[in-house]
Amino acid sequence: MNFENQGVIKRLADQYGPENLAVVLGNGEASGVEVFAETVTEGDPSYAGPLAGVSLKIPVYHVLEEDVMAVVPEAIREEKLQLSSLVIDVEPMRQVLQAAREKL
Amino acid sequence: MLNGKKVIAIGERDGVPGPVIAECLEGAGLEVVFQVTECFV
Repeated sequence: MNFENQGVIKRLADQYGPENLAVVLGNGEASGVEVFAETVTEGDPSYAGPLAGVSLKIPVYHVLEEDVMAVVPEAIREEKLQLSSLVIDVEPMRQVLQAAREKL
Repeated sequence: MLNGKKVIAIGERDGVPGPVIAECLEGAGLEVVFQVTECFV
């Protein structure tokens, strides 16, 4: 995750409290998802960004996970997510994110 | 799960972009406090 976005997330966590936040990703491929999850749960694994050593423990989801899709109104879901859900294989990402959430 | 949470939407250019995630979740009544689209090349 780039440093600018890490800085924004750190500021939002300070403002709202990390327990009141959730991150929802839209990645097209599984590579990188684990690093995203680690960055906002345990801290920046590269130890270079604003979240280095900052354990926010914010739960991370993918927008195409069944539980997330279920809360989106059907009309919006069909218009905005249906095509993506056909071409993006969310299952490997769901497994990575589920494992990360279980560690919180 | 997401109930009552303030959402940070981090989309991807080659996946689901941030504004689309935000629109979907706002449609679900959630508050999106930050949305961005990252680009992995």
